[in-house]
Amino acid sequence: MSIEIRNIEKRFGNFTALDKVSLTVESGELLALLGPSGCGKTTLLRIIAGLEQPDAGQVLFEGRDATHQHVAERQVGFVFQHYALFRHMTVFDNVAFGLTVRPRKVRPEAGEIRERVMQLLKMVQLDWLADAYPAQLSGGQRQRIALARSLAVEPRVLLLDEPFGALDAKVRKDLRRWLRKLHDDMHITSVFVTHDQEEALEVSDRVVVMDHGHIEQVGRPDDIYEQPATPFVTRFLGDVNLFHGRVEDGRFTHGDFAHALSTEAAAGNEQAVAYVRPHDLDLARARDGALAAGTVEHIHAVGPLVRVEVVPERGDAIEVVLGKERFRELALVPGEQVYVTARKLAVFSGDYAI
Amino acid sequence: MNLIAKRYSVLPGFGLSLGYALFWLGLIVLLPFAALALNASTLGWTAFIEQVSAPRVLASLQLSFGAALIAASVNALMGFLVAWVLVRYSFPGKRFVDALIDLPFALPTAVAGIALTTIYAPNGWLGRYLDPLGIKVAFTPLGIVVALIFVSLPFVVRTVQPVLEDLEKELEEAATCLGAGRWQIFRRVIFPAVLPALLTGSAMAFARATGEFGSVIFIAGNIPLVSEIAPLIIISKLEQFDVAGATAVAVVMLALSFFVLFLINLLQWWTARRHGMK
Repeated sequence: MSIEIRNIEKRFGNFTALDKVSLTVESGELLALLGPSGCGKTTLLRIIAGLEQPDAGQVLFEGRDATHQHVAERQVGFVFQHYALFRHMTVFDNVAFGLTVRPRKVRPEAGEIRERVMQLLKMVQLDWLADAYPAQLSGGQRQRIALARSLAVEPRVLLLDEPFGALDAKVRKDLRRWLRKLHDDMHITSVFVTHDQEEALEVSDRVVVMDHGHIEQVGRPDDIYEQPATPFVTRFLGDVNLFHGRVEDGRFTHGDFAHALSTEAAAGNEQAVAYVRPHDLDLARARDGALAAGTVEHIHAVGPLVRVEVVPERGDAIEVVLGKERFRELALVPGEQVYVTARKLAVFSGDYAI
Repeated sequence: MNLIAKRYSVLPGFGLSLGYALFWLGLIVLLPFAALALNASTLGWTAFIEQVSAPRVLASLQLSFGAALIAASVNALMGFLVAWVLVRYSFPGKRFVDALIDLPFALPTAVAGIALTTIYAPNGWLGRYLDPLGIKVAFTPLGIVVALIFVSLPFVVRTVQPVLEDLEKELEEAATCLGAGRWQIFRRVIFPAVLPALLTGSAMAFARATGEFGSVIFIAGNIPLVSEIAPLIIISKLEQFDVAGATAVAVVMLALSFFVLFLINLLQWWTARRHGMK
């Protein structure tokens, strides 16, 4: 089922959580709402669920206005960061809850409920824990039970609020792959909130990057990563080096250095900032095509990549990430004078991409 | 024992502190009990039975425990309601009402007794309207129940309140998303979560009510076989220098209290187990 969000506004006192946000979630897709804490992503998710009422704007489910529909009528499955399992019920009763609270007329028979719950527990690979209580489960198991519980009522939309936020790194990775697989099997329209860019990029079909109640960019994960639309998105998606300079005649100049831009750049003489990811930088001993020069300050050669910190005469230290091969080829030593070249840079003048 | 003592702990002096704690507990709690049992044993078995099966004693025990049970049950219901209102709603004067709950704790029980008697006596503020209706409160077992409800109210409220406050909002939201109505959420999500605390609070209210003396003697009227509570029997026996007889009644009260507390603990253990907390 598709979801359309039109000009949603939400304020908490003086704080604007959402400022005229519009967004369409396609039927059957897995969408990630990504942003730092306080950017409004959870509020947006709760408004879709009906747990929060917007001050203005509309929420449409499959083209029909659902803005004032009660939570229970929206048929949404909601998964909370801290699971929100009913502690006094067994795993089985937790999953069965949504079915057993139905009015008698539409409630499935006990046998049917049993069958459906066991099927869901098998799907989350925890059918052997049916008689356990939530307190006896690990965090990852609890979240899978919470997911099974929300799916028991056959929701039209699945909403997940930082579903892996309370789990440790290893479990988190396993679980997000598992969620992706589950979604590929079920094709239920899903929206999940996260502040972890890696998680959003790995799991989702499309990513919505938010900041301060605005949507900064919407797109497929690799588009967002390769072509960030704003400086914020560039910074938020990973480590980045900043080079302040000017754009003139199709070139980006930084101090004494210049870098030819592939795109048709503005002819004017404009202040601009180039953002370059550490792994898009290279080091050289020749000046040709360099963007900056500096002294090698630190070399961290742990793991498959080598992190080199280059300190220019003026400005912040530049972080360069090289492959082991390239590092060996260069045979760098600390204190050495080197030139920094960029394979790829994102240049922004003000808030506009060039 | 060896194993426990040798286990590493951040706090030093395990042996010393445990010994001291046990000594203190023994001195304050167990020693009086032992003295009580010893005193009663001077009576001999037949005399003991004779003492405690006297009609006046039996009637008083029945009254004390029966009234306490009724008071605890009423408080379980009303105390839960008060706690619910204090946690769930905000209204002007809420802090004042909240502070008022502790009044029965702080008030000398004799003051409470006099106040209640003034209100419920046949010519009192409320008693004057209840009397023509045939409802006699003061100087009857009903008065005793009223006094016991008054003194044991804070126990239920103060045990249920923090548990209700800690109940995550998400639990209700999750239940709503799953299609549960308000009553279903209360009955199946909130109430079971609060039940252990409610049981604890009611047990404490009951324990307090069985032993209550000060506030009751004023309103009870102390009519033998009708409104005479067990603690009063003990006092009157002591006043007649019948120490052995007084301790006999006291031992029975002690045994009954232990029994009831044991039952409630069993019930708590059972609910905790059922709720997967153990």
